[in-house]
Amino acid sequence: MISQIFILSSKGDHLIYKDFRGESGGDAVGVFYEKVTALTGDQPPVVMSHKGLHFVHVRQGGLYWVATTTADSSPFTIIEFLNRLSALVKDYCGSLSEKSVQMNFALIYELLDEAVDYGYIQTTSSDVLKNFIQTEAVSSRPFSLFDLSNVGLFGAETQQSKVAPSSAATRPIQSSREQGGKSEIFVDVIERMSVVIGSNGMLMKADVEGEIRVKCYLPNCSGYGAAVRVDEVSFHQMVRLDEFDSHRILRLCPSQGEQMVMQYQLSDDLPSAPPFRLFPTIERDSGGRLLMYLKLRCDLPPKSAAINVAATIPVPKGSLSLSQELSSPDQSAELKPQSRAVVWKIPRFTGGMQLSALFKLEVPGLSSASLLEVGPVGLSFELPKLTATGLQIRFLRLSPVQPGPSQRWVRYVTHSDSYTIRI
Amino acid sequence: MPYLGGEETVRELRRALSNPNVQSDQLRYRNTILKVIRAMSQGVDMSGLFSEMVKACATVDVVQKKLVYVFLCSYAALNPELSLLVINTLRKDCQDPNPMVRSLALRNMTNLRLPSLVEYVEQPLAAGLRDRAACVRRVAVLGWAKLHNLQASSEIDAAVVNELYSLLRDPDPVVMVNCLRALEEILKDEGGVAINKPITHHLLNRLKECDIWGQCQVLRVLQRYRPQSEDELFDILSLLDASLVSPHPPIMAATLSLFLSLCSGQPAVSLAALERVRGPLLAACGSGSREMRFTALCHIQLLLRSIPGLMGAHYKRFFCGYAEPAYIKQRKMQVLVELVNDENVAMLLDELKGYCTDVNAETAQAAITAIGRIGRSYSDRCLEILTGLLGLKQDHITSAVVQTMRDLVWVCPQCSDTVCFALEGCEETLQDSQGRQALLWLLGVYGERVSSAPYTLEVFIDGVRSEASLGVKMELLTATMRLFLCRPAETQDMLGRLLHYCIEEETDMCVRDQALLYYRLLHCGIEETRKVLQGRRSDPSLGVLIGRPAEPVSQWARSFNTLEPLRQGSIETESVSRGSPEHTMFDPKPNADLSNTLDCSRIEKVHSGKEDFVWMEECVRCPTIPRCSPQSLQAAMQLVNIQTLAFTPPQTLPWRVYLYTHTCLDDAPHSTLILGELLYTGEEPQKAEVHKDDKALKGFLSILTTVLHTLSSERA
Repeated sequence: MISQIFILSSKGDHLIYKDFRGESGGDAVGVFYEKVTALTGDQPPVVMSHKGLHFVHVRQGGLYWVATTTADSSPFTIIEFLNRLSALVKDYCGSLSEKSVQMNFALIYELLDEAVDYGYIQTTSSDVLKNFIQTEAVSSRPFSLFDLSNVGLFGAETQQSKVAPSSAATRPIQSSREQGGKSEIFVDVIERMSVVIGSNGMLMKADVEGEIRVKCYLPNCSGYGAAVRVDEVSFHQMVRLDEFDSHRILRLCPSQGEQMVMQYQLSDDLPSAPPFRLFPTIERDSGGRLLMYLKLRCDLPPKSAAINVAATIPVPKGSLSLSQELSSPDQSAELKPQSRAVVWKIPRFTGGMQLSALFKLEVPGLSSASLLEVGPVGLSFELPKLTATGLQIRFLRLSPVQPGPSQRWVRYVTHSDSYTIRI
Repeated sequence: MPYLGGEETVRELRRALSNPNVQSDQLRYRNTILKVIRAMSQGVDMSGLFSEMVKACATVDVVQKKLVYVFLCSYAALNPELSLLVINTLRKDCQDPNPMVRSLALRNMTNLRLPSLVEYVEQPLAAGLRDRAACVRRVAVLGWAKLHNLQASSEIDAAVVNELYSLLRDPDPVVMVNCLRALEEILKDEGGVAINKPITHHLLNRLKECDIWGQCQVLRVLQRYRPQSEDELFDILSLLDASLVSPHPPIMAATLSLFLSLCSGQPAVSLAALERVRGPLLAACGSGSREMRFTALCHIQLLLRSIPGLMGAHYKRFFCGYAEPAYIKQRKMQVLVELVNDENVAMLLDELKGYCTDVNAETAQAAITAIGRIGRSYSDRCLEILTGLLGLKQDHITSAVVQTMRDLVWVCPQCSDTVCFALEGCEETLQDSQGRQALLWLLGVYGERVSSAPYTLEVFIDGVRSEASLGVKMELLTATMRLFLCRPAETQDMLGRLLHYCIEEETDMCVRDQALLYYRLLHCGIEETRKVLQGRRSDPSLGVLIGRPAEPVSQWARSFNTLEPLRQGSIETESVSRGSPEHTMFDPKPNADLSNTLDCSRIEKVHSGKEDFVWMEECVRCPTIPRCSPQSLQAAMQLVNIQTLAFTPPQTLPWRVYLYTHTCLDDAPHSTLILGELLYTGEEPQKAEVHKDDKALKGFLSILTTVLHTLSSERA
């Protein structure tokens, strides 16, 4: 049972406030924000209490989504609901940000009104909700020159129009109905890797958590297939699995908006080598400086590339300045004193390449024990057009065949959830 | 509030709202109303516009209607008279051909929360229960619950309650679930909706039609049901088995809760259910949402209380991601500590070692504490890591390490040598009072083994005037007294100075009183002082119990799937002995006199098996042992390296102690494990089960008898 729901911006502005039961005082928002700001640390605890009022919150899109409730309610339900609510808002508003919530507050009130009554969750299915929601979304996408680049010269078809712009899937679901927008379906295979590589280069742990998401702007129905080994799989309830065991075909009738069709996990035994290896050499030079010579190798196939690679190397406390020698000009490195780390950024890293970096750090009072502080290196990266498990969607067929042009997009991406290399 | 000139805005909006030109243009009217709502949700007081908004309510535009209702529901309580005007429009809307309008009107009618309007609301609500459209029935059903809470005194008509019961058979699943919710609220005083056999079976059969929220609600209500027979119970359980491994964490949790309450009399079934949810819970631990991960982790901690080995094989899933927030990392470490075993200890410690230098000081300290906990069972490896960390010379790490060492030594006295050696030189890096208190405690208790102890204390005593922390001063007094007892020559002078300062100049009463107490104690003679001050060096009541013993499921079943487990941990970590360990210790009770009639009668080989173990039974005549406190027995056993696994509370019969030890002979290929049970039921034998190694067994028995002898002669 939920007493109130409110959405706060990270600065504490009230964006949405709805009181379902009128039981607790109206000052809950203030109390919550006081509690949040009073705490140090990167994120306040999920559950906080104040005089019999319990706040449960999630962070999504840089906003606080907060529900107040009683002590005996199920945290799983409330957190799942808040996540679902933010997903709904994202579906309806196109994207999730302070601005889009502000612009679409009337729509969000309407959603909340239909989704929750008297603190009881009524429905969160976008199929049901679409009959009730009347307000139109205001899209907050700013005018961008990139949109122009898709228009061919003199209207000619260019190569670029075969690739959907990355913002294509961030539009409100309803505009497809009213504005006669393109009927499109996006199938995203998203994987999150969490890997630990030991100091001797041994793979200590490798987990991949993946999901297939379908974002549907079609009024109707579809089906598609895939074949791969995975450890644990779970499916959305609307997926029909008659042909899954024999032909690996998933049949589903997605409702409008975004759905998680399939979730899967693969542990320890990856079909390919981990994408990155690090060969570090760390020593003290005669001048009392800390020398770190790092070689980073990308073991992806040569045709693929990792983007937005950032390696975070913890350095001893009190490190003053950094001098760097990087192997190419597009890379950058920076010493971040608050997080006590050197962050080495590589915008694009093609498979098979090897990059090296030499960092010299000025650390006053450097002792041999300080080398212990040069801790495990964390890598964050994005692997577009690639799945770590090798899962692929062979075909995506819409049945019955749609009248008029419909576009189908399949996108793969692997993110680093946590990629740690010990030194 | 956020706006300067909020009143100006109100005035402007009022002008716009009452402008006939705006009213006639639907789009402009709607936009003006939007502005009002926007200002309202930003915290500006818009209650002054109530009457204008009431007028705006009468429109055919559904969007505008919805917006106006949001406004009216927020401010109705401030304007009860004006709200009466709305009622007419709302009642008219309840007759509207469009079901959406009907449900909207009905919902907002009940959301106004004005007791004065109840009489107008009842009739449309009653009609709503029989509406053709499901969405209207949904609203009407919950409307009765709202009405009931508005006027708790007035009884809801019995006819309505009956009607709600009959609506449990409504074809729409949401109406059914809402009926459950409404009846729960209306019948709260009678203990909620009646859950009898037909209702239960009806709900179970329709469970599949509900969405996840509805399923959770039904499962929760069913917790009150008690099956009439075992067959029925197992029918229900097998029906629910699919939900138990549902990919949706809320359903999984609600089903497990129901399982646990249904099977409260069948612990074996409950444990099997816990095994079943392992997969879904682990999946929730890897969920994309951090908050969901956290919730799952907290509940895994609950499960581990009953099945400590449940997640043993999956310990890698609890390794921390480097970008995870501190609160998840700390929970994961708490879980990791529970999962440690001989195979994974090296991997685990390696991983934890990496967290010790985390940027976040709290995470680093939690990692160090976790290593200390593992040190209770694997002391050598952990001490190696901990002493290595001291080399970093960082105040927060050193402080955490010293505190951890203190806690470790208190439980495992055999670590004291390494700890004493490591302490040298720590005092320079320590900054916070907790860490210094821990250091002082260690110096006091193990002063004779740390050569530099007097000099370290001297530095503290010289700086006592500028010392701000009360705890440090108290600890300093005690530590100096203790050191004086074992190294009087070096300490006498500084003790004098300290006592003089504390008695003559200190303003805090606690410190002064304690100093006076010690001063008078010294007058009584050195023997008296020794008796008072030389307490225990270790906590005999903790022993080497690795992890916690398995608790019955019923201990925590009630708090499963509530907010309770999510809040607990923060308190738990704080209470982990801060301050001196002995302050939390309880004093051993004075024992009844022990007779010294203790003789070992016979050793008899009962069963020498085909397997690789032997049974032995021996009778030790020592009737008074059970009456001596288990703590002193355990302490005595530990001196000869016999560890206590568990014992029954004192004064119960039969009284049992389980013991174990193992031989460590350098030449033997593998060591022998000896498990023993000390049993007392008036006059009963004592048993020991060992791997085949007669010599070791005899040795064990002779040592054991010696201990028992010594113990009773001591008490005599």
